[in-house]
Amino acid sequence: MIPFYVFASLAVVASLLVIAQRNPIYSVLLLIASFGALSGLYVLLDGYFIAVVQIIIYAGAIMVLFLFVVMLLNAPHEDTDYDERTHPLRRRGAMRFGAVLAVALAVELVWALGRSSGSSSFARAPAPTVAAIGRSLFNEYSFSFEVTSILILVAMVGAVVLARRDSPASGGAAKDR
Amino acid sequence: MSPVLVAQLAITLVVFVALLSAAAGMVYVERKVAASLQQRIGPYLVGPKGLLQPLADVIKLMFKEELRPSAADALLFTLAPVISATAAFAAFAVVPFGASTTFFGLLDEPVRLQVSDVNVGILVVFAIASMGVYGIVLAGWSSNSKYSLLGGLRSSAQMISYELSYGLALAAVLLIGNSLSLTEIVDAQAGTWLGFIPKWYLLLQPVGFAIFMVAGIAETNRAPFDFPEAEQELVAGYHTEYSSMRFAMFFLAEYINMVTVSAVAADLYLGGWHGPLIPASFGWIWFLLKVGAILFFYVWMRWTLPRYRYDQLMRFGWKVLLPLAVLNLLATGAGVLFFEG
Repeated sequence: MIPFYVFASLAVVASLLVIAQRNPIYSVLLLIASFGALSGLYVLLDGYFIAVVQIIIYAGAIMVLFLFVVMLLNAPHEDTDYDERTHPLRRRGAMRFGAVLAVALAVELVWALGRSSGSSSFARAPAPTVAAIGRSLFNEYSFSFEVTSILILVAMVGAVVLARRDSPASGGAAKDR
Repeated sequence: MSPVLVAQLAITLVVFVALLSAAAGMVYVERKVAASLQQRIGPYLVGPKGLLQPLADVIKLMFKEELRPSAADALLFTLAPVISATAAFAAFAVVPFGASTTFFGLLDEPVRLQVSDVNVGILVVFAIASMGVYGIVLAGWSSNSKYSLLGGLRSSAQMISYELSYGLALAAVLLIGNSLSLTEIVDAQAGTWLGFIPKWYLLLQPVGFAIFMVAGIAETNRAPFDFPEAEQELVAGYHTEYSSMRFAMFFLAEYINMVTVSAVAADLYLGGWHGPLIPASFGWIWFLLKVGAILFFYVWMRWTLPRYRYDQLMRFGWKVLLPLAVLNLLATGAGVLFFEG
């Protein structure tokens, strides 16, 4: 039980610090720490594969790109152009909208927590092996799997199109430069 | 403490010390091989045949002044080399280097010669290797110097590009071995075909092995892919501003990563600790020989090939290596279906 509380509190504290940071680089790093803690929780549930995939995909691949973007944008600190003393709900529109969303989220959380029964023990599911995950992915969920892969392909093509600098008029000659 | 636990702790300690001394040894070997390739003598003054040169280097590094640029981000500047070194050491934890042994009857039940046996071992190596990027990126950013930043960015772009081919080459081996556990993959390579050809995956996966080696060189930032520290353009890349032991940690991480990639290659493609003549309980001798051969290959490449240009590296990675790795995976899948399905 102790490892669970260590990882869980690490995940919660790191996630809170992500939004409490003014320096986006630190936010990214704290998010990675939070992903690491989540991966620790998966290990405690015997989900080694999910734990490792969590590290490879989220901490290893996606967050590296995040860090890249943050570093290249060179935004060392968030702007704090508003007056710190005014009440959050009285600030400009975006802030007001954010505050409303936060309240809604808090209400939902309280509702969800109140719904769960008092017992804190969960039935232990059989440890999902890689083979079992793969089998259900390509049999039961093969349609959604294929649809997702096409969605990702479309997103990839879209990103390439958006990132292309040369105009259609200049033709293929400019591509290799 | 149970004897098995003691043995596990002993193995952990041995691996740690072995990695440290392997890094020191590699520095010496690198300098000697480089010297002989360039028709020089290399280090020869400190100790017999210059063998104590790495020790002298370490002592020198320890007594150097720790410098930190005043505009650097103090926390991340200190953290970056620690991340690099930790990731380098951690990756070796799941690499097996010998068959299960009872240490000649000392223990009641056999223990595996590896720090930790995880059933998704290969993926763990891959995951930790991808965490090592952060050390380099953060070092580049936190130094607050343009050479460091460019070095860090280049390095991460390079590692992300080559990780794909690296992963696809691994996937082909997983298909044949039908397992994610390094131990099981090594054991699947025991024995011979026709009595004298070893059942190494190198022979089933020649293209995969080549991709793995090339991507491995890029992953460890070694020449001819050592752009992060291309001297002519970037001074020393991401570790330009580092000195003394913080620099030494990056140096250590680079050499340990090299050892880890070689060890994984030996396990996946060269049959690990299986080999003729040597009894199974001394299989780790075979393992060390194979790792040594791959390490020598690395050093040989570094001092033979000139550095690529950065755009050549990217073009090669995305337009040659990646399609080749995908084709290799497809062909392997088809082969597995044909012969086993």
